[in-house]
Amino acid sequence: MGAIGQNIPHDSARGHVSGESVFIDDMLPARNEVFVDFAGSPVAHGEIVSIDTSEAIKVPGVVAVFTHPDVPGHNVFGPVVKDEELLAAKEVVFVGQPVVLIAAESRGALCAAKKAVKISVKALSPIFTIDDAIAKDSFLGPPRKIERGDVAGALTSAKHSFQGTLVIGGQEQFYLESQIALALPGERGQMTVHSSTQHPTECQSIISEVLGVPFNHVTVICKRMGGGFGGKETQAAGPAAMAAMVASKLRRPARFFISKDDDMRTTGKRHPFKMIYRVAHDDRGVITALDVQMFSDGGCTMDLSYSILERAMLHADNAYFIPNIRITGRVCKTNLPSNTAFRGFGGPQGVCNVENIIEEIAARLGIDAIEIRKRNLYGVDDRNTTPYGQIVRNNMLPKLFDELPRSAEYQRRRAEIDQFNRTSKTQLRGMSLTPVKFGISFTKKTLNQANALVNIYTDGTVMVSTGGTEMGQGVNTRVRQIVADELGIPYDSVIVTATSTDKNNNTSPTAASSGTDLNGAAARDACVKLRERLADYAATQLCTGEGGLNGSPSSVVFRDGFVFDDRAPNDRRMRFADLICRAYIDRVNLGERGFYATPGVDFNRETGQGHPFLYFTNGVACSEVLIDRFTGEMRVARVDLLMDAGQPINPGIDRGQITGGFIQGMGWVTTEELKWSLNGELWSHSPTTYKIPNISDVPEIFNVELLHNPDNAVSLYRSKALGEPPLLLGVSVWTAVKNALSYIAPAGEVATLDLPATPEQILMSLTRLVRGGASKVVARR
Amino acid sequence: MSNRTDRGGLSRRGFLKGAGVAAATTALLDRSVEALAQENKESRSVVGPGAVAITLKVNGQHKDFQIEPSATLAEVLRVHADMTGTKIVCDRGSCSACTVWIDGKTVCSCMTLAMDARGREIKTIEGLAQGEHLHPVQEQFIEHDAMQCGFCTPGMIMSCANLLERNKQPTLDDVKQACSGNLCRCGTYPRVFEATLAAAKQMKGGNGNA
Repeated sequence: MGAIGQNIPHDSARGHVSGESVFIDDMLPARNEVFVDFAGSPVAHGEIVSIDTSEAIKVPGVVAVFTHPDVPGHNVFGPVVKDEELLAAKEVVFVGQPVVLIAAESRGALCAAKKAVKISVKALSPIFTIDDAIAKDSFLGPPRKIERGDVAGALTSAKHSFQGTLVIGGQEQFYLESQIALALPGERGQMTVHSSTQHPTECQSIISEVLGVPFNHVTVICKRMGGGFGGKETQAAGPAAMAAMVASKLRRPARFFISKDDDMRTTGKRHPFKMIYRVAHDDRGVITALDVQMFSDGGCTMDLSYSILERAMLHADNAYFIPNIRITGRVCKTNLPSNTAFRGFGGPQGVCNVENIIEEIAARLGIDAIEIRKRNLYGVDDRNTTPYGQIVRNNMLPKLFDELPRSAEYQRRRAEIDQFNRTSKTQLRGMSLTPVKFGISFTKKTLNQANALVNIYTDGTVMVSTGGTEMGQGVNTRVRQIVADELGIPYDSVIVTATSTDKNNNTSPTAASSGTDLNGAAARDACVKLRERLADYAATQLCTGEGGLNGSPSSVVFRDGFVFDDRAPNDRRMRFADLICRAYIDRVNLGERGFYATPGVDFNRETGQGHPFLYFTNGVACSEVLIDRFTGEMRVARVDLLMDAGQPINPGIDRGQITGGFIQGMGWVTTEELKWSLNGELWSHSPTTYKIPNISDVPEIFNVELLHNPDNAVSLYRSKALGEPPLLLGVSVWTAVKNALSYIAPAGEVATLDLPATPEQILMSLTRLVRGGASKVVARR
Repeated sequence: MSNRTDRGGLSRRGFLKGAGVAAATTALLDRSVEALAQENKESRSVVGPGAVAITLKVNGQHKDFQIEPSATLAEVLRVHADMTGTKIVCDRGSCSACTVWIDGKTVCSCMTLAMDARGREIKTIEGLAQGEHLHPVQEQFIEHDAMQCGFCTPGMIMSCANLLERNKQPTLDDVKQACSGNLCRCGTYPRVFEATLAAAKQMKGGNGNA
């Protein structure tokens, strides 16, 4: 039996449960190692007047302090636009921005030295909000637009139209393992860096530039991360470069380590958005036109903000066909840490906006929102072209909308909720079902490539490495399954080793849900090449003309640890290990590099048209919430989730991704609220003040099912990527809250609700509705 | 986090020696003032700054350390004992990634002074398995995919395994209560429920080793 399709436990499961798994901070101190941290800007925006490190260097245990002139190579870097400084030179642009790098013999000394650094800054006027940025024309990059049809005409001629604004909050990645790197200096300017990064290649190039050495002098290794969620896609590079710079300067191993609090204060988060929309629809609630302006808060530098805005715009339609649509977007520049990737990458914000609009149409027409959604869904044979011109193929949305309401007993529960809300004076219930259609592929075409290295050893065991980094999502497990099946050997004969830039060069970040799609396909390519070569050789060993059978490579089969000729499977066979041993003696090449480039994807940023995605992953979730009318407290009573996973490579791990992604999305739309002081300091910088879902927030009833879909022919083994799509289903919890509020809204009024729907937000909305002032929106940062 | 050890239960002598740096909670502070007032002169000795010698009993073995009196148990386990299974995340008792057992009760080792753990039985994730035989909770965590990135897993398992020490027939609510303080960003909670309840069943059936 093959490994693909089996519920094989996570590659690191045994190590994780026994505490043996090694994360970077678990690596024993290297000889003569120093610790590295930084002292940061005291203000959100200003000109540096002076940097005084004289007291810091006197702290016992401090080895060295460095400022920007000490950077050996370039001090300026950035994943897309080079607008970030490793150590601030003249201007500081957010509170805590690294200014002084400190190396010390102990963490205690580091702490004391950080406090002793005096950075004097002439404060400049900061920008902290999207509104302020718009008013001051503070943007990053040019405006973006995707447009189809006659929006203005459709809006003016429509019988029903309305406009509104939606404010969407950010979200801290809250990977449990904070940013960390360990740099080991080598010979002649070479450097090896262990980094908790989703993008070893980018770390490598940034370290090289900071050190002023060629790329081939730097090796970046990532064994595993204690969570990434996008937060380690670009922002692991700074810490890695800081460790490398100290290691290079001092010729000593250097470990960068910051506290969870400092990590949260100084790294980027999910982008807050402000959506301004105008929409037109017909009597049945079918949307005829949508005009949406998206403003994201990019923070102080570009980072990935432009691509994130792009994905938000590409998901403005979510699962709905909108004939006339104009989506414009801008990234606002503010004096906050540069916002960055977070699972969903703008998609969730885009989806939230249209789901909010659907709820509003439903409330205005007095029709259950599920009907409005069904009427607007992308069709299978018509109404199936996205605003950017890609046709929605393998569209599972109608099937999902057919199956889930049935299994979730939607109609029965709707009647129950109607009845409950008519009678209860203390509580409100709400229920909502939202879909997701998430585009799989990097929208930047270049990144849709991967390579893999497969080595077979003479005992028949196999070692694989790819550019895919492991952060718990199971890419290594799936790659092992793929290699085992392709070579017809047991799963346990394969291991996947740490991602390292000396084995796999020019890798793409492990992101965009595509880790397995890309790296698994590259590993398969290597295996196919090896198998072809080995089949040629095996043909000569299995059949020598004796008994009338001549060697035939096309008859050679690799299965269950054996290699045999399928014309005589019982007597013309040998163990895979024996074949390998012989092949080695006969000088057959037993290693191979595989490569994969996603076919057919292309997107033109200028025209806003193209085919950016290889396929879409679909899903639906139905959430029911219970709200306390006096306190605004909310709990999620039941969730039913149905996900189109194609034909899963590892259904167990997929299910974990779905459940976990949903919970993370639920956190974003409910309890996770970033609070900033008026000076731009993050107040919610630890789990005591920033509330991610804990065990008691898990929905009381939580049904997760996979839809059987064998027809997704374009992807790896007909599987579908699932890293990000389920997060977007968490939106159903927020729309369920809106649905609950709609029960007490006066006729013709629509409940407004910002995101996240914290108890405070819910209570404010309840109060507005009860007082009949639903149109008054209380602004929030 | 109702299942956490009441630190008031620590020996007064043990507490006093660490009192200069312990002041972790108001309750502790009140107790220290009261205790100081009552304690006679000779036992009011001050330790630190500078390393002191201590012996801890970790997973049944006595180990000697030279540590700063302000060192937390989590730090000593990770840095001095090279037992890195115990993770530090928030460093303030809010995430429970650092959960170990002291005298059979779960504590956040980041909130416990190593000095205060002297003379007590400390159990860490490394000591939960018996040789190659995993604890049933560990086995079931693997079986039920109850981990993703693995960073919260040691703490989560120490909380769940401790529950099964106290309660052989836990309900779902008992499991939720037992790991109510353990944060998992990957969202593996539903799997944790399944795994822990399955482990309870396994132990009841006599297949367990604990």
